[in-house]
Formats: sequence, structure tokens, C-alpha cells
Amino acid sequence: MNSPLAALFWRELRIARSIGGGGAMGVVFFLILVSLTPFAIGPDLNLLSRIGPAILWIAALLATLLGLDRLFQGDADDGSLDLFMMSSTPMELVVLVKCAAHWTLTALPLIAAAPLLGLTLGMEPASLAGVAASLFAGTPALTLLGAIGAALTAGLRRGGLLMAVLILPLTTPILIFGVASAAAASGGTVPFHTPFLILCGLSLMAIAGAPFAAAAALRAREA
Amino acid sequence: MPQHQSRQPDPLNLKGILAQCLRVERGGRAIIRDIGFELGAGEALLVLGRNGAGKSTLLRALAGLLPLRGGEIRLDGSAVGTPLAELAHYVGHSDGLKAALTALENLAFWSRMLSQAPDGALSPQAALQKVGLARVGDFPVAYLSAGQKRRVALARLFVAPRPIWLLDEPATALDVGSQEVFAQSMAAHRASGGFIIAATHAPLGLVDAKELRLDVAKPTQGMESAA
Amino acid sequence: MLKYANPTNFLALAARLIPWLAAAAGIALAVGLYLTFFVAPDDYQQGSSVKIMYLHVPAAWLGMMCYMVMTSAALGTLVWRHPLADAAQKAAAPLGAAFTLVCLVTGSLWGKPMWGTWWVWDARLTSVLVLFLIYLGLIGLWQTIEEPAQAARAAAILTLVGVVNIPIIKFSVDWWNTLHQPSSVFRLGGPSISASMLWPLLIMALGFTLLFFTLHLMAIRNEILRRRLRRLSIMAAAAEDPEMTAEAAQ
Repeated sequence: MNSPLAALFWRELRIARSIGGGGAMGVVFFLILVSLTPFAIGPDLNLLSRIGPAILWIAALLATLLGLDRLFQGDADDGSLDLFMMSSTPMELVVLVKCAAHWTLTALPLIAAAPLLGLTLGMEPASLAGVAASLFAGTPALTLLGAIGAALTAGLRRGGLLMAVLILPLTTPILIFGVASAAAASGGTVPFHTPFLILCGLSLMAIAGAPFAAAAALRAREA
Repeated sequence: MPQHQSRQPDPLNLKGILAQCLRVERGGRAIIRDIGFELGAGEALLVLGRNGAGKSTLLRALAGLLPLRGGEIRLDGSAVGTPLAELAHYVGHSDGLKAALTALENLAFWSRMLSQAPDGALSPQAALQKVGLARVGDFPVAYLSAGQKRRVALARLFVAPRPIWLLDEPATALDVGSQEVFAQSMAAHRASGGFIIAATHAPLGLVDAKELRLDVAKPTQGMESAA
Repeated sequence: MLKYANPTNFLALAARLIPWLAAAAGIALAVGLYLTFFVAPDDYQQGSSVKIMYLHVPAAWLGMMCYMVMTSAALGTLVWRHPLADAAQKAAAPLGAAFTLVCLVTGSLWGKPMWGTWWVWDARLTSVLVLFLIYLGLIGLWQTIEEPAQAARAAAILTLVGVVNIPIIKFSVDWWNTLHQPSSVFRLGGPSISASMLWPLLIMALGFTLLFFTLHLMAIRNEILRRRLRRLSIMAAAAEDPEMTAEAAQ
């Protein structure tokens, strides 16, 4: 609690709690997306169980990114961002910690909910575990890529949709390897660890690189 | 908590600030050109000028929030090498407070985030007492009035000691009594060797302050390359 | 070279270069199209629809080269904060989008007779589609941020993030594609391309490149003029208020 970063982490959690659970809202959104899919595709459980991992991954992608657009907005509006810049803590670490807090609040509940929703899609136990594991490994990359978009659009009106347009194309690799490892868990030609390790690699790359881009974008707001 | 804590000698030991030929641009235009000043320990600088003269721009540039496009700032003392931004508090138009958190939580957070050295810092509770808000500490900031929020923002100056105070219209929304209390705090800060650079319209009660006028415009009509 | 980094000198240079570049692009494209339609042979399998390749492949090259131009301009913006680099970045984005779109549309037109469908989730097509989406995002970013210098820095950061990501996207799409489609029908650009097909292709590519530089110079010129207009308008607005005139002139 004494270090600035720990203080920042707890502050983010406390703000989210008092505002009324940004995390809970993300899970509800996730739930709605997943339950709308059978209405669109039809109630055929064979089909649903086959594309289940894909449905869960797309829903997780949208739920993560759409909740992220306000990651820096509040701090930009009330002047906190200025004060972060003046602290001796590098902005890159501030970004990383804010992402960690956001991931804990939105992605973790989502990962917990995914296997339950998978049951309603008639997915196999192995496949459920695969989805949960792949979401656990892949969502950090989603959060960090989204943070770049949130930093680029902080302070813009109608920033939310623009942020999704900027970032969604860049999430292609995460989606590909996420769904592939979830599918590989329930059998197939590819061993589970091949796509899964690449997915972990993507997340590690995002953790290493994205804070620099996001911090640069935050500094560039007043050129 | 005692009302008056004797301030410890500034651990960062800053003795002077020398700024020369500062240039700051916004939107491709030079808002600040050839501005300089010199401050010794305990001195205050009032930045004066009409609206749009660049007072806020100068303060934001000193705080490191806008890039300097020219000139230099030299610090004298053992703090050499630390950027000015990390030795300074900036109180701007927004208060930097989270409406969902209590005043105490806000202050405790900024104390952790902005502290350089723990000695000399007031506890959040003591800082609130100093600005006369000891009893609202447990209320969410959302419930406070504009004047109270501004006082909580000013209490930030006491929970993390930094030698330079950059104040942009600090007295906004303060009533006369609070202004006097704040004037005393500024005097105490100067007495302990601190620096104050304030942009203001209102008199702040700073005695013997140096003045920097920004609207002594050099009416050069020559347009620079318009790109 | 540095002399032309000054926008005024650049405008003078552009005014002299544009007619020559435009003429050269016109000649190269005319020759290229003539070779394409009257000299290059039909493919024994694909028939005359192989001629789409002479548009499709150069468009794909230019779509990628344009991103490289944008990346160097982005570095210019971030490192040297040069307004000319800002303008070069902004001007390149719609051109890149246009070339990738030409690539996608011609690919689709070629796919219909060849594959019997307008669109195939082929690895190359899909990668180009993602590149197209990245261009659209960049254009959106440019349009949303009002202040030009700020927009330039934001777009530069996004461009660099994209440049890191594009190889990863390409790799992942290839991997995904081999997983889903064991055999690819796409046999363009194989090693066995004959000289009678290679020459028209290279001349078309030259024509496209010259066309790109012509359009890019023109777009940079427009952007510089647009910025000047914006600045003059701000000054005119300030001049309405006599108090502010001196400041606006600074």
C-alpha cells in the first residue's frame, strides 16, 4: 500500500466499486452478447458447441474493448493525468498498473463466467477449460492494446467508437490464436500448446510494448 | 494533530530557479516568447496579464505538461538533475479529485503518488484540518461544494512536500476567510525556503512578490511561416 | 535536401515536380496498359482474366509501400516535430486506403471467374483487408482530432504501433489460413513467371509508383495550404477583437 503503484491499483479498484461496478457491467454485456448469438444462429446445439469458443472469444473481445474507452478519460477530465505526469513514477508504469486494475475488474470476472456460458452452448469440458485458459492468456493483450486506443482518444468526444475502429484490426492475431487454442483443447490436428504459447507470447509483447505507446499518446495530447 | 507543524528544512534543498528565453507554442503559434525570471529561496513570482496572455500556458510549461520549444530552466542546489516538474506542485483549473472517493482517500492517494521524501509531510487528516475541512474528510468529494473541493485540492500541497508551488488562479471559488488561511500557508511555505509561482487576477496576499507581466507585447506584425 | 523541409520551398519544388511526375506516370501507365492488353499472353488456365493481375499486384505493392512512407513520415513527426512530416503522413493515409481497396476489388473480380466466388478467406486477401481497416482507422483518427499537430502525433503513434503489428498479423493470418484451408488455389506470382508477363507487370508497377508520388505531392501541397488557411482564419477571428491582435500576430 505504501508504494505509489500499489496505491494507484487500489484507487482504481475503489473508484470502480463506488461507481457501481464497471466490471459487473462488462460481464452482463458479455452474457447478453453470448445469449443473443443462438437467436441469430438458431438453437442447434451441435453447431453452437462447434462454434462456442469463437462466440465466447468474440464476446470477450467486444466486452473488454468497449469497457476500455474510458480508461484515461476520467483522469484527463479531472486533471489527475497532469499530476501523474508530474510524479516521479514513469507514465508507462502508471499505464501498466491502470491496465492491471482494469483487467482484474473486467477480464477476470469474464474468464470466470466464460465456462458457465460455455455450458449453455453445449461445449465439452475440455473445450470449456481451453476457453478459460486461452482467455486468461489472451485478455491481457486485449486490455493493453485497448489502452493504446484509449490513450489516443482520451479527451475526444465520440472517442468510444473510434477507439474500437483503431484497435479491433490490431487484435486479429489475438483472436486467431485465442480461438485456435480453445479449439485445440477439445481435439484437432494442432496440439494445444502451439497456439497457446504464441498467445502467451502476444500478451507478453503487449505488456512490454503497449505501455510505451499509450504513455507517448497521453503525452502527445498537448503537442 | 497540532495545527502548526514546524516545517522541516527542505530535504531537496533547492536554492534558486533561473529561467531564460522560454518559448512555448500551442497550435503552431508561439504563446510565450523570450520570457525569463529568476527566483531565490523564499521568493514568489506573480505572473500577470490579461486573458489569453499565456499565464496558464507558462505555468503548464513549467510543470512539464507542455514542451518548451526554446530557452532553459536551471535549478540551483542539490536538486540539480531532477526535472522541475518533480519538484513542483501544480494547482490548475481542475482539482485532480475523484468524485467517488472521499476527501481523505483522495489526499492519501496523492500523498503516495507525489511524495519525494516522507519527512515534512502532513497526514491527510492534518492537511484537511489546515484548510478547515477536518470534518468532511469521510465524505465523497462529489458531495462537496466547489469551494470545498478547491480547498481539498490545496490540501494536496501539504501532504507531499515539494519546494515549488505552481498556482494557476488558486483562489478561484475560495471565500475571504479561506483566502486568508491560504495566504498564511503560502507565507509559511516561503519562510521555509519554498518557491511560489502564481498566475492570478486576484490579489493573493503575497508580500514582496516579483512580477512578470506577459502582456507587454512586442507588436511585431511579421508573420512567421504559416505552416 | 534540408532546404525543401521549409514548407514554402517545398511548395515551389512541388509546383515544378508535379507536372513532370504526372506526365511520367501517364506514359508509364499507358505503356503498361498497352502491354497488358495487347502484348502479354493469356494464361493457359486462367484465360484473359489473368490480366487483372497487372492491376492487382502493383496495387498491393503500393498499398504496402504507402504504409512504409507513412511510417517514415511518422518518425519525422515524432522525432523532429516537422510540420512537413505531419502533412506527408496525413496525405498518405487515403492514398494507401485507395490502393489497398483497388487491390481488394481486383482480387475479388479475379476470384469470381477463378474460384467461383467473390470473396475467399485467402491469407493474402485477408491480410490486405486488415491493412485496409488499419488505414480506415488512421483516417478516422485524423478526422476526429481538430488540432493538426496533435492529430499528427496521435496518428504517428498509431502508425508505429501498426508497423509492429502488421508482420504479426500477416504471420497469424497465414497460420490461420493453413489451419483452415490446407490447399490454396492462389498460384499467382509463382517463380515460373515468364518474361512476357514480367515486363508489363514491372512497367505497371512503375506507373503506379509514379502515380502515387504525384498524388502524394499534390495532397501534401493541399494539406500545407489547408493549414495556412486555418491559421489565417484563426488570426482573422482574433483580429475581430482589437485587444487580441498583437497576440495573434505573435
